[in-house]
Formats: sequence, structure tokens, C-alpha cells
Amino acid sequence: MTLTRTRETAAHRAVVSPYWTHRRRDNLVGYLFIGPQLIGSALFVLLPLGLVLWYSLHEWNVLAGTFEFTGGDNYAKLLNDSNLGEVLGGTAMFSIGLVVFNLSLALLLAVLLNQRLRGTTFFRTLFFSPVVVSLVAWTIVWRFLLQADGGINGLLGTIGVEGPNWLRGDATAMVSVIVVQVLKNVGLNMVLFLAALQGVPRQLHEAAQLDGAGAWRRFTRITVPLISPTILLTSIITVVGSLQVFAQIAVLTQGGPGVSTTVLVYYLYQQAFQFHHFGYGATLSILLFAIVAALTLLQWRMRRKWVLYES
Amino acid sequence: MKPIGKLAALAMAALLTATACGGGQTPAQQGPKPLRMTIWTSNEAHLKLFNEIAAEYKKTHPDVGAITFDSIPFENYTTTLTTQIAGGNAPDLAWVLENSAPDFVSSGALAPLKQTLAKTFGYEFTDLAPAATKLWERDGELFAYPFSTSPFGIFVNDDLVKEAGQKTPRELIKAGQWNWDNAVAIGAAVAKKGKAGLVVRDFDYKNWDNLASVWGGWGARAWSEDGKTCGFNSPEMVQAMTFLHKSIFVDKALPGPGTIVDFFAGDAAMTITQISRASLLEGATFGWDLVPLPSGPKGEYAVIGQAGLGVLKNSANATQAMDFLAFFTNPANSAKLAAYFPPPRTSQLTTETLAKSNPKLKPEQLEEVVINGIAKATVKPSHIGQAELSQTIRAALDPLWKADADVNAVLDGVCAKIQPMIGTS
Repeated sequence: MTLTRTRETAAHRAVVSPYWTHRRRDNLVGYLFIGPQLIGSALFVLLPLGLVLWYSLHEWNVLAGTFEFTGGDNYAKLLNDSNLGEVLGGTAMFSIGLVVFNLSLALLLAVLLNQRLRGTTFFRTLFFSPVVVSLVAWTIVWRFLLQADGGINGLLGTIGVEGPNWLRGDATAMVSVIVVQVLKNVGLNMVLFLAALQGVPRQLHEAAQLDGAGAWRRFTRITVPLISPTILLTSIITVVGSLQVFAQIAVLTQGGPGVSTTVLVYYLYQQAFQFHHFGYGATLSILLFAIVAALTLLQWRMRRKWVLYES
Repeated sequence: MKPIGKLAALAMAALLTATACGGGQTPAQQGPKPLRMTIWTSNEAHLKLFNEIAAEYKKTHPDVGAITFDSIPFENYTTTLTTQIAGGNAPDLAWVLENSAPDFVSSGALAPLKQTLAKTFGYEFTDLAPAATKLWERDGELFAYPFSTSPFGIFVNDDLVKEAGQKTPRELIKAGQWNWDNAVAIGAAVAKKGKAGLVVRDFDYKNWDNLASVWGGWGARAWSEDGKTCGFNSPEMVQAMTFLHKSIFVDKALPGPGTIVDFFAGDAAMTITQISRASLLEGATFGWDLVPLPSGPKGEYAVIGQAGLGVLKNSANATQAMDFLAFFTNPANSAKLAAYFPPPRTSQLTTETLAKSNPKLKPEQLEEVVINGIAKATVKPSHIGQAELSQTIRAALDPLWKADADVNAVLDGVCAKIQPMIGTS
């Protein structure tokens, strides 16, 4: 009797809602969970990305209020842009300088602060603190320090060295921007390296030491391979971040002297928002997107060659 | 449907819902129409005056709602304004800087004003000085009202000049010796004593158009009258820039690149700037004077900076905005605004009118700098596509700001860069 009733109830349910199977209900719940995020991404990431592509095919004169389809004209302009070579060169120099300097300094600091010594906590906090400081405030303070008669040259003056005009010299301007940016963000990479270093088993070092390996050899043969996934992660983050640098340039040099510190993002801003070439600005951002995508893909592909012990 | 397809469909649906909610034009508002004017001043006294004029206007115009004055920082003013326009959030009225005047006037972004102003009762349209309106006209039509026509002059810290054992510019004027050579000599003498000599305010080795206040004395121009020929490598410009370069790097009469000096804090002997900066001398602890620009090899000259006030053509409330502009700039309000912004009305360019509204300045200072200045002045350089030109020139001039620069070569370089940009306009 009981068995029959159960069967009837089940049959009844099946007839009333044949569509809402468990599987479908689960799926619906899943979609509802990702819904808010999906709508946000679609509206604020995918839609603008699509629009940028659309704008790059147009000439948009904001003042005249005209929006004309020009096909590939902006892309042709990109190929013939006499400034672009210098801009890309400057961007490459900035990115390479930043990545090399940032990663080496971060690793060095992490190794030093991984020692069991008194005061390491203080220094860890000290090097990490710029990460939480407002970027613009940080950069403005550095602009004052780097003036011809600013704090840095004042300090150099006390030891009898006449410092250069940091932000006005072709080479020193680029170096200054890189150093200001590295000091701002090196703490983040340092913390990531520090976490990775603490995951390196102590017994491996001890075993190598017993086998007669020196400190440098243990570092290159044991530490570096074991933290290689973190090196990959930090290098991707730093490369992508270096290509998006804007506020530092806007505050420190405005792209000068000449165009020596005009990196791609700053050039894009100038074209779109200062010169009102919104279509061409959109084209430049497509170029930036392609470069970032290509570099990230390249690093990802290369990971098999040099990243070990990836979980 | 594959999961990825479902996701895409869901995203699309979300997008359509969202755009359906947020997109489209809002229906025409019933009732009073609000007006918004973008400005670059955030000075409390200026805003108080604007709000008083607006309140008075609203008394007789119930069809106009709130009138707001939207202050945008000066450094990024034009960029912010054009971004607002691009984003569909254009103001109804906007101040326009002289360097973007050609772009705004030629593009058709601004509504024509002549008819509205001319037919407004008591406006006295013909009182506007042609020299002041020239920059804002195209094909006989006026696109913005030149609400501020501010001449460049030199503010002098007489205390510093005397301490350096120099004659003051006022004394030099009386002796007929107020020229660039003597101005630089004063600057160099003060600099030797430790303070800065002469500062071209707002130039900062970037905003080169402020140098028009210097090279005007040599009769140099950034480009020809028709805007088609580069003037940077003309003999006059080479002479002017050679003089300036020597004054900076040899005589040290002007503070070098990368040095921040504020005249109004008492750190420099002289500064070239517009007279509207006199308000910064409030509470100054040093004896000061305002004198006209020194004469150059080509004699006396004057330079003015201008600002216009226009109505955005695409504003939904353009008619009301134009009517408000006519009220804002009528003879009575123009006289009030003259307290801060030298008016374009010839009847108000008198020592008496200006003295009433500029209590800080003496009649002779007003006569010399403002009235004579506006009469014979050239406007700071401006051109269609100014932002891009300005940036290109800034970058090309950078090599000049070094002690060992080759002035001729740098100036030839400027023309090589900009001639292709202006030659076809």
C-alpha cells in the first residue's frame, strides 16, 4: 500500500513538472549564483571591449558630434604613425627595466627577510607599506623629491655630489619613473616570494649542504626551481602591470622630455582625450590589448620549459 | 544549446535588459529647465558673484530651474569638458580657453549667439570691442562671448629689487629704460642674492604658449596670421629664444627647469602673469607693483589671454542657456564681472570703471597694463588642433632647456615637426 502511494506521488510529480528535473534546478541555481558577476562582466568588461573595437573603425569628432565609419583607416594610420616607433621603444624600455629591477629586488629582499634574524618583521612591514599608499600621493611626493632643487639632490649635495635634473634628462627621466614605480610595488612581489621561499623544504637544503653544495649553488639549484611557479606568476603580473602604467607618467613627466617617457597607455590617453582622436585612441588600445595578450600567452607557453613542480 | 551558448545568451539578455533600462533619451522634462555651466574657477568670491547673478535671473524666469556652476580644475579643463561631451553629459554653457577657441568655434559645437545677444533689450551688442571678439567669430557669426580679456603684465616685488641694489621697474619706466635687457639685469642681480629673478608663471618649461609674453617683444609669432606657416625658426623667434636661453642658463635671471618658485609667496623678484592674479596678493607682506611688459627690440607690445563663454549647440536647453548668457553678460552684469575678468565692452574699459572693481590696482597700473594692453595686444597663440600641436611643440622644445642647447637646431626641429600639421589646415 505504502509502496503504491509512493509510486503515485512520484508519477504525479513527474506529470506536474516534467521540466524541472534535479539537474535543471541545480543548473538554475548555479546560473543565479554567477548571475550578478556575469551581468557585471558583460556590462563593464565585454561591452566596453566590443565598443572599443567598434570605435576603432570610426572617426569620432566629439566637438562636431560626428561619428563616421572609416573602416581600416585608423589601422592604416597606426602603421604610418611616425611617433609609434619611439612610443613602443619607450614602452619596451620601461617594461623591461621595471620587470628586471622589480623582480630582482623583490627576490633579493625576500631572501634577506627570510632569514631568522631579529627585526625582519619590521623590515617586511617597511618594504610592504608603499603598496598600500595611494599611488598619486606617492608619485607627487616623489616629484618634489626629484626636482632639480629637491630632496634627492639636496641629499647628494651634502656628500658633495651635484645631482642631475632627474625628470628633465632623457635617460634619468625614464630611470626615475621606473625606480618610483618599483619602490611602490616591490613589496607585493616580495611578499609573494617570501611565501614561496617559506614553502621550500628545509631538509632539501640540509641534504645539499651535506653533499657539499655552497650557498649560491643551493639557491640556483634548489630554491629557484622550487619557487619557479611564483616567479612565473609575479612576472606575468608585473609585465601586464608595467604596460598599464599611466598615473606615474602623468604626474612625473607628462611623457617628456621629448617623448622619452611617453609609454603606450599615455600616448593612447593623449590621442583620445587630449587630441580628441577617439577612434585612433581606440585603435591604440586594441594594439595594447594584442600586446598584453601575446606576452601573457608567450609566458604561459614557456612555463613548461622553466616552471617546475607546478601543482 | 551548449553551455557556452547558454552563457552567451544569458549575458546578452542581461545586457539588453540593462541597456533598455539605462539607454535612450529621457523624455523632455516638464517644468523648469535646469542649466549647468562648466567653469575653471573655484574661487569663492567668483562663485558668489555668479550665484547672485543667477538668482537674480531666476526671479524673472520661472521656466529656468537650478543654475549650477560646475568647477573643473584648470589643468585638465578642456580634456574634462570634451570627455563630458563625449560621454553624453555635456553642460548647457561652458567657458572655453583661448587655446581651444579655434577647435570649438570651427567644429560647430557651439551655438551662434549674435542674434540672441543683438535682440536682447539693453544689451548694446555693438559695444563689444572687435579685437576681443575676433577669436570667437566665424563667417561673421559670434560663437562665444569673450568674458575675460586679461592682459599679461609683470608683478614686481619692489623689496627684493631694492635689496639687490637695483632700480625698480617703476623707476626704469619713468627713465624710459624699461626694456628686456634691464629686466633680465634685475632678475640676475636678485638671483645672485639667493632668491629667484623673473618667473614666467605657468610656463614651467612645458606650457610654451606663455612665452608669447616674452617673444612678442621681438615681434616673433608661433605661426603666421593665417596659421599655415611655422614661425619658430623665423629670425625674430631665433633672436628672442637665444636671448631667453642666455637669460636662463648664463645670467640665471630666470629659474631653470625643474625649480618650483612662487612669486606670490615672496620667492621671486618679478613674475609675468595675467592681471587677474592680483587677488593672490591679498595679505602680501612685501611692497609690490604691477608694470607693463618691458619693451623688446621691436618696441612696446602687449599680450592677452582670453576666455569665452558659449552655449553647447546640442544642449536640450540651448534656448534658455542663450537667454541666460545674454543676461549674465549684459552691461550691468559685465560691470560686476569686471571685478575679476576684464570686460570686452569698450564703454567699460575706462580707468574709473576698472578702478571701482579692482581696488588693489592703482589707476596708473590699470591704464598702463589693462587699457593700453587690450588696445594693442595680440592674443596668446591658438590654432585648430591646438592640443596636438601644443604637445608636439612641447616635446620638440624640450632639448632647448639645457645649458648646451643649439637654439637654431632646436627651433628648426620644431618647425620640421609642426609644419606638416599646420600646412594643410
